[in-house]
Amino acid sequence: MFPKGTKRKFSDSGDEPPAGSDDVNQPSSAAVRMLSSYSLQRQSLLDMSLIKLQLCHMLVEPNLCRSVLIANTVRQIQEEMTQDGTWQIMTQALSAANAAAQCSADRLVATEVLCRQTEAAQGEPAPKPFPAVGSEGCSAEEVVVVEEEDEGVEGGVIMSTVSPQAPTAYLPSTFGIDPCWEEETGEEEDEDEDSEECASGSEEGDNDRLVEDSRTAEQVFGTFEIKNPAPSPDPALEELFSDVDASYYDLDTVLTGMQSAPKMGPYDLLESLSSHGPSPLSSSTSCRSDLNELDHIMEIIVGS
Amino acid sequence: MCGVRAGGGSNDVQWCFSQVKGAIDDDVAEADIISTVEFNHSGELLATGDKGGRVVIFQQEIENKSQPQCRSEYNVYSTFQSHEPEFDYLKSLEIEEKINKIRWLPQKNAAQFLLSTNDKTIKLWKISERDKRPEGYNLKEEDGRYIDPNTVTALRVPVFRPMDLMVEASPRRVFANAHTYHINSISINSDHETYLSADDLRINLWHQEITDRSFNIVDIKPANMEELTEVITAAEFHPHQCNTFVYSSSKGTIRLCDMRESALCDKYSKLFEEPEDPSNRSFFSEIISSISDVKFSHNGRYMMTRDYLSVKIWDLNMENRPVETYQVHEYLRSKLCSLYENDCIFDKFECCWNGNDSVVMTGSYNNFFRMFDRGQRRDMTLEASRESSKPRQVLKPRKVCAGGKRKKDEISVDSLDFNKKILHTAWHPQDNIIAVATTNNLYIFQDKVN
Repeated sequence: MFPKGTKRKFSDSGDEPPAGSDDVNQPSSAAVRMLSSYSLQRQSLLDMSLIKLQLCHMLVEPNLCRSVLIANTVRQIQEEMTQDGTWQIMTQALSAANAAAQCSADRLVATEVLCRQTEAAQGEPAPKPFPAVGSEGCSAEEVVVVEEEDEGVEGGVIMSTVSPQAPTAYLPSTFGIDPCWEEETGEEEDEDEDSEECASGSEEGDNDRLVEDSRTAEQVFGTFEIKNPAPSPDPALEELFSDVDASYYDLDTVLTGMQSAPKMGPYDLLESLSSHGPSPLSSSTSCRSDLNELDHIMEIIVGS
Repeated sequence: MCGVRAGGGSNDVQWCFSQVKGAIDDDVAEADIISTVEFNHSGELLATGDKGGRVVIFQQEIENKSQPQCRSEYNVYSTFQSHEPEFDYLKSLEIEEKINKIRWLPQKNAAQFLLSTNDKTIKLWKISERDKRPEGYNLKEEDGRYIDPNTVTALRVPVFRPMDLMVEASPRRVFANAHTYHINSISINSDHETYLSADDLRINLWHQEITDRSFNIVDIKPANMEELTEVITAAEFHPHQCNTFVYSSSKGTIRLCDMRESALCDKYSKLFEEPEDPSNRSFFSEIISSISDVKFSHNGRYMMTRDYLSVKIWDLNMENRPVETYQVHEYLRSKLCSLYENDCIFDKFECCWNGNDSVVMTGSYNNFFRMFDRGQRRDMTLEASRESSKPRQVLKPRKVCAGGKRKKDEISVDSLDFNKKILHTAWHPQDNIIAVATTNNLYIFQDKVN
């Protein structure tokens, strides 16, 4: 299980060969260190927590206490990973892969949700502590927006920053320990390429599940965005929603980490949603209920 | 800490099976899952609520009050549908009809009153008996048809005659639309006029007669929901001081508030928190410190809190640590990751005091429940199972083997059934009678009568 709570220093980790130079400058040796069992266990706990949070959104009425406890756990792991320097390592590995990869809005990989925290640290030598559940994409969006010179962030842009091949560092942990990783323990070569090859093999079978998960994740994020009242209000809309307690929806944004994303009006969201093609509504009744509500709200707005 | 009771001694209580209520088959209908259990103030009535929104009340029938040897049995007294499933159209969300809590009002007249609540709405129910009916009307036949007044020649006054006992439950008040989040607690004030209801972020004060208004007395919702890290998990009024109540949080703290200080009791009078043990720190520390239940002792001097692994007794005058801590199932500490994965780590166990505050009880997994004798510093593990359900059968203490060699009659941790959890238990206010709820059965145990 987990070792007793003492925080292990990054250089202490397990049976990896000692690196001669700085961690930061050698992603490969640092990647080896990541194989330490503590890091892997922590990573798997992080993945599990994020999946649980996503599932929270799928439920009809999420249990707030449970969601808050899981979100706090995620934040705790993130903070520790930040202090460890693991953050930088992961993000560098990802950015290297990202540069070569193509962006595809259609191939939505669930791990990009899990990986968002790494994007968040892109370009930031000292990652700041993340608000609430920053792992779910809030900070990532911020960074992405900055890097892309403040393009309007739509649901699609969020997804498109990650390529299917990019999060190779994460895939093994997402699916459980990939045997390729274990074999490569001790190698100091370019870990990223090797792991990419290995990971892509195992990626195939799980891709469908990933795509579906990530699509539903987008549904969740998308619809929860619309539930967040726009900050630059149309007075008519304001009046319409004036007696709606937005607190519940605010919580959703907390959990999705979308709070600091640039606010969109309902019409922007619809456009971004429709641009991603039909979604597998039939596969998830709770997604359907979200979109039903979206329809319902649109009817009110349009007055049809 | 652990130890099988040595036996002997006049103070020892031997628990015997008395009754079991509910379906026998293992196929559990979701609606039958018991969600709350509560004795009334005299112990004569025992109420259960289930996931289907129903309340079932059992009444104790004393066979022969003059002979203490006689056992008393609880039989069904009344059954009614308290809450129905609802749909919140604005949020497109279902509101479950599951009864989260039942609290009895102190009895003022012949009728009994209780409050029952689901996630959003509290209802006041009146349960009354009817065992007589008027007969001999002047202008009506017995079946209700009106008599032609011209045929009436004499004057008759109706008299009450006995009839078969009928128990009626009628909703007298509905307290709705006051909670945005899920109600987890209700507690009746000792002033017999008000009560509080608590959800994840707010606590409201109600008057029992007034349904269209409630006062918000605690609000921990942050202005920026991003900053939400703590929720309210339970709340209760002090048994004697009508101005005092406590509420527990998901971070393992308890705040005691005095309503005389200000209208909004966001500023606590006392904060009870035990410093964390650094040697036990893990990623799950916060989750397992989350308090699932808080109960004042009957005498009002102590309160008990239940977190995932332990029960703690606090002296209201000492805030920095509990006076007693009892480990419920410490052997689970090494399994927290698995319990997190299967969500069992979020199970909310309740706890209760016995009538004279000398013993506390709480549930565990595998249909085990635990009792801690505060005076004698002893604990006991018992099981609620069909196998030990012969009439007056004495319950055998159980033991869980945490590791190493498993002795005979011990159960290893890996064999525990985590689907069989006892979340709700209740203790008769005076006698040694306990009600223990498994998933869909209610077990009643009594102490052995010699």
